[in-house]
Amino acid sequence: MNTIHNPEAPARIDRRSAFGELGRTLGKAATLGMPLAAFLAPGTTRAQASGNTVIDVLNFALTLEYLEAEYYMMGLDSNGLLMGDMRDTIALIGQHETAHVEFLRSAISGAGGTPVEKPTFDFTAGGTFPNIFSDAPTFMAVAQAFEDTGVRAYKGQAGNLVGSGDVLTAALQIHSVEARHASMVRRMRGSKGWIVQAMNTTGAAPADAVYAGEDNVTHLGVDATTVTSVSRAELTEAFDEPLTKEAVLDIASLFL
Amino acid sequence: MKTPNFSGSRVVADRSPHSRRNFLRKSGYGIAAASLFLAGCADDDDPVMMETGTVNLGSGDVGVLNYAYALEQLEAAFYATVLTGGYFSGASADEQQVMRDLEAHERAHVEFLGAAIGSVGTAIPDLEVDFSSIDFDSRTSVLATAQAFEDLGVSAYNGAGRLISNPDYLLVAGKIVSVEARHAAVIRTLNNDGSATAFANSQVVDSNGLDVARTPSEVLAIAGTYVTTMIDASGLPQ
Repeated sequence: MNTIHNPEAPARIDRRSAFGELGRTLGKAATLGMPLAAFLAPGTTRAQASGNTVIDVLNFALTLEYLEAEYYMMGLDSNGLLMGDMRDTIALIGQHETAHVEFLRSAISGAGGTPVEKPTFDFTAGGTFPNIFSDAPTFMAVAQAFEDTGVRAYKGQAGNLVGSGDVLTAALQIHSVEARHASMVRRMRGSKGWIVQAMNTTGAAPADAVYAGEDNVTHLGVDATTVTSVSRAELTEAFDEPLTKEAVLDIASLFL
Repeated sequence: MKTPNFSGSRVVADRSPHSRRNFLRKSGYGIAAASLFLAGCADDDDPVMMETGTVNLGSGDVGVLNYAYALEQLEAAFYATVLTGGYFSGASADEQQVMRDLEAHERAHVEFLGAAIGSVGTAIPDLEVDFSSIDFDSRTSVLATAQAFEDLGVSAYNGAGRLISNPDYLLVAGKIVSVEARHAAVIRTLNNDGSATAFANSQVVDSNGLDVARTPSEVLAIAGTYVTTMIDASGLPQ
């Protein structure tokens, strides 16, 4: 069995089974209406179906918040998994994610849209993390991956919210909360609060995609190494990077 | 408190070892903001240092970037000074690493923003700061100030995003603000005895799970405690 404790034995997600799981989810989704299917369908269907309107962005964010909120709720409900300070921290994070779900659902409805329904999640990722709710280090490692993904996901959508005023502000207000979460979870696990180069410190190879591209040093067309006196590693820490919706959904699909 | 030693040529002795008044003038990376001037003012895209010593951030996206640049100058100057003080020299290895990282990150933000703004408009000059109210030998004083600055920075970017019209600039602001939030979480934990919840407690996250967002007026009024240069933000988008 692949576990977080053994980074030398990378857990490889079996794509076929991952998509099999996805297929079953979509089967259920079909009864829930089009928006969910649009988000979760793999490949071209998804690309065509999911747009970049404000409501699309909010529904995309809602999907991620559903995942996080349910993850923490299940962790907190798992007997003996989270104790002491760790429990207090996760309880606060979970409370925020649940609040984000409610906030986004209200925002979507308020904007005349229909909130997507909560997908069915498999936090063992098809058996990759069989002890996800019985082993605290595994739980915290995946929490780190979720939080760092969340930060990148919101950042990647910011451009689609230019000109949207209060909606953009709210998205940014959630984005920075996810970053606070990520930093705290990382430090609890012995990592720096910020991301160095594109280092995946979760110990789980499937999370490599969460950190891919974090070593970028070019911003606004400027190679920042040419204008700064800090080291390249420090420079990569100083700037977080976005992920596209597709990249985020590929990561999330491991848990569907 | 030791006299600040800025290893190199960037420093300037001052009347008070804590006063950074002249830091900017002579240093390559400087400082930040001051009192706010909302009245009057030209619709001028070019920030200028007026005869009164007031710095005009300019207008449009460049103005917003200059606003961020001003705040980053304040943070960078603060951490540069932290590294010269008694708190840092006596701090735990972990806290020293955190402070070194934060100093480097804020310096990177300043240097990048200065270059980026300069390529599309006029960057504001180095601002003058006054840190005489901070005791750089005191862990309590340094961490409390750091917490205030990091939370302020997060709220500033969160509030300013909506003022930006170019998505590329918004993305850059996003790349920086999440790092500021990461800083804030670490500093808040250190400043609260390792508290399990200070990183995102109700002081900074509301019941909807939203972080703080402040307008430029609100932010500059707070920053003005430490920035002695007068800043004119009247040209910023509303």
